[in-house]
Amino acid sequence: MKKVKNPQELETLRKTILQEKYSEKPCIIISEKSTCCYLSGSREVVEAFEEGLKNFDLQNQIDIKTTGCLGFCEIEPIVIIEPKGIVYQKVKREDTLEIITETILNDIIVERLLYVEPVSGNKCKTEESMPFYKKQSRFILGNNRFINPLEINDYIAINGYKALANVLYKIKPEDVIDEIKKSGLRGRGGGGFPTGKKWEYARAAKGDPKYVICNADEGDPGAYMDRSLLEGNPHSVIEGMIIGAYAIGSHEGFVYVRNEYPLAVNHLQNAIKQAEEYGFLGKNIIGSGFDFTIKISRGGGAFVCGESTALMASLEGKPGEPRAKYIHTVEKGLWNKPTNLNNVETWANVPLIINRGADWYSKIGTDKSKGTKIFSLVGKINNTGLVEVPMGIKLNEIIYDIGGGIPDGKKFKAVQTGGPSGGCIPESLINLPVDYEKLTLAGSMMGSGGMIVMDEETCMVDVAKYFVNFLKEESCGKCVPCREGLERMGEILTDITEGKSNDEDLELLEELGEVIKDTALCALGGTAPNPVLSTIKYFRDEYKAHIEDKRCPAGVCKALIEYSIDLNKCTGCGLCLKQCPQDAITGEKKKAYNIDPMKCIKCGACYDVCKFDAIIKK
Amino acid sequence: MEITLNGVKVQVEEGWTILEAARFYGANIPTLCYYDGLEPYGSCRLCVVEIGKDDRAKLVVSCIHPVKEGLKIRTHSPRVVKARKILVELLVARCPTSKVLQDLAAELGVDKVRFKPKNEDCILCGLCVRMCKEQMNAEAIGFVSRGVNKRITTPFNAKSDKCRTCGACEWICPACQLRCHGPEPPTTLCSGCLNFSPPCVDKYEDAMCYLDPCVACLIDKNEKKIGKKKK
Repeated sequence: MKKVKNPQELETLRKTILQEKYSEKPCIIISEKSTCCYLSGSREVVEAFEEGLKNFDLQNQIDIKTTGCLGFCEIEPIVIIEPKGIVYQKVKREDTLEIITETILNDIIVERLLYVEPVSGNKCKTEESMPFYKKQSRFILGNNRFINPLEINDYIAINGYKALANVLYKIKPEDVIDEIKKSGLRGRGGGGFPTGKKWEYARAAKGDPKYVICNADEGDPGAYMDRSLLEGNPHSVIEGMIIGAYAIGSHEGFVYVRNEYPLAVNHLQNAIKQAEEYGFLGKNIIGSGFDFTIKISRGGGAFVCGESTALMASLEGKPGEPRAKYIHTVEKGLWNKPTNLNNVETWANVPLIINRGADWYSKIGTDKSKGTKIFSLVGKINNTGLVEVPMGIKLNEIIYDIGGGIPDGKKFKAVQTGGPSGGCIPESLINLPVDYEKLTLAGSMMGSGGMIVMDEETCMVDVAKYFVNFLKEESCGKCVPCREGLERMGEILTDITEGKSNDEDLELLEELGEVIKDTALCALGGTAPNPVLSTIKYFRDEYKAHIEDKRCPAGVCKALIEYSIDLNKCTGCGLCLKQCPQDAITGEKKKAYNIDPMKCIKCGACYDVCKFDAIIKK
Repeated sequence: MEITLNGVKVQVEEGWTILEAARFYGANIPTLCYYDGLEPYGSCRLCVVEIGKDDRAKLVVSCIHPVKEGLKIRTHSPRVVKARKILVELLVARCPTSKVLQDLAAELGVDKVRFKPKNEDCILCGLCVRMCKEQMNAEAIGFVSRGVNKRITTPFNAKSDKCRTCGACEWICPACQLRCHGPEPPTTLCSGCLNFSPPCVDKYEDAMCYLDPCVACLIDKNEKKIGKKKK
């Protein structure tokens, strides 16, 4: 492959690609190249389309484009038929023939495969008409739709590496930093430190060489924004890193990505190779004389290695333990050299800012939080997926307008933001604008962007217990408050959910939580009590019900609930009797049954299977 | 370089840690994983002190944090004392047989342990690991695993060729060097030795009594009341 030597050549290359690939030909876009799509069976769909087109002898007239995650994971695999942009949801192998014969050959829409909006019941033909996409501003994720992540040409076609060429030839490093500072971009990994300022410190720091790191060690339960970006558009991250390296004066970069993301690693490796072939990485980038290389370092999947100093220790080959940060990593980081670390999403924002300008970018968002943020909207929500929204959007807009509300007509209870160390935000704060400051004030945090929605059947004590136990396992174990404190918190919470607690436990939890926050060595420990403290703050009644009345209002904590049968409602159909794994249900057919509380293991199988609501959970 | 230590302006030298400065001026900061001559590790967090003012006040570990011009340090503020007490409570609950920990608990006025005793032998302070590496140049032992499963052992749990059985690790260990036979369930705390009632350390904001024993105890109650009214 010929190396690109100057911006003019890049522009010529782009035009050739557009001419060759982007004719007016109809195209089938299939979300395939991401982990979520693979799991939904997209590979089969792609194969079926390839086969089908061959059978109809259409393979030269119609393109198939496989892309990364399109965001709306709930309805994957998604198939979009261009140029009209008709969207089909949950497409299966069997559906492909119908799509080819109806839509592609005869321009008829297959109604049964259209997305039905759960609230209004309307059928949506295109992405624009879907409420899920309407309120989003998909500046970063939106590009996934146009890109086959294994093809660098697709990225170049949408003005990829243009920002890089522009920066290398026309903008001085100091001015790049100024531009990023002006844009108001803040770290998307959770801390929210102003990116421009970090770059400035890193540039000013004494020491050589300087390093640039991309933190792709995403480990929050229920969060996968970074994975989808790396899988769906790896070049945007690479381009951001090269621009950052140029601004800081670094020639060596690392991507620290977890080994549990094999597809992301694969796409990234491929992208780096292609970028090197085109001369966007390596020596003399785009003929400008600037050198920069990127190496991939795979992490072993420790959650704590997402913490910057632990990550650097791990990169050096040491155990992933954080160190005290009174000397910042921009001064002494990797191998004690100045190191600039940013999150995947932060890097992906950089080319966008350079291309569209800091003024444009800083108009999006709130006073102190600019731009867009990607959230992974999961849990008890109709439209599960990745959403990219402008900062300052209200929580209820995300949950009800984009997310489509809570399934099965249940009531919304709380939303957990910021991953395991974030907090739970209750319904009373549903109008809270989402930005760094407001979330912190509410006792939660932005975090990397996980958003777990909970309905009325979620027990908040149980949630707190889950997160504390997760963090207890993931703590590096170096400092006492985090290692010992979290274990004790887990113990107390377990006692509460098992009805073995007393009034002092709540006080002790709060006291312990404050001290862990105050004294823990790193941000993992420092934020670990958040789920507990925020649930105590907003759901104190629920804790009290567990402690004083030995009752779980949501009916989750097994030790505190009991199943019984409503004699008036039970018809004696026998369904529950068959389901019960313990033979705890007895009775004659057509007469009301009975549950033996001694045998019952409270699995809830009878509750789920009963058609007459005769099983009472108390 | 001038810093404010417990409300008193004092001169310190560049390169000192807060702990060194505090000890130089007689402020008694308890430590556990710190040992003169070994690289500070900052894991026990007992030596935390409060720096900064108002909203920006925070706790830092004094054994690592260097002094800075104009730094305002409070070694015994209510927040610090509360944190230390809980930390010792956690440590004693983990290893109630350590005399060092029981003494610390007594010194800091920990009068109850609200966690179930675990009776572990090791508190993972890392003193032995650093001793072995830095002073004995052996590096025969190290940390293994993470979180609640973390422990100290030789590589692959096998007898290490590098170990000269010098016993330095055992000598420095605060958990096993002295066995305390005092504690009895359910209190976990030793009732003997040093466990007397604590001095009134948590009454002042800035001008904290850092004498050992604490002078504040000698001031009679009437005087204290008058002092409060004046404030």
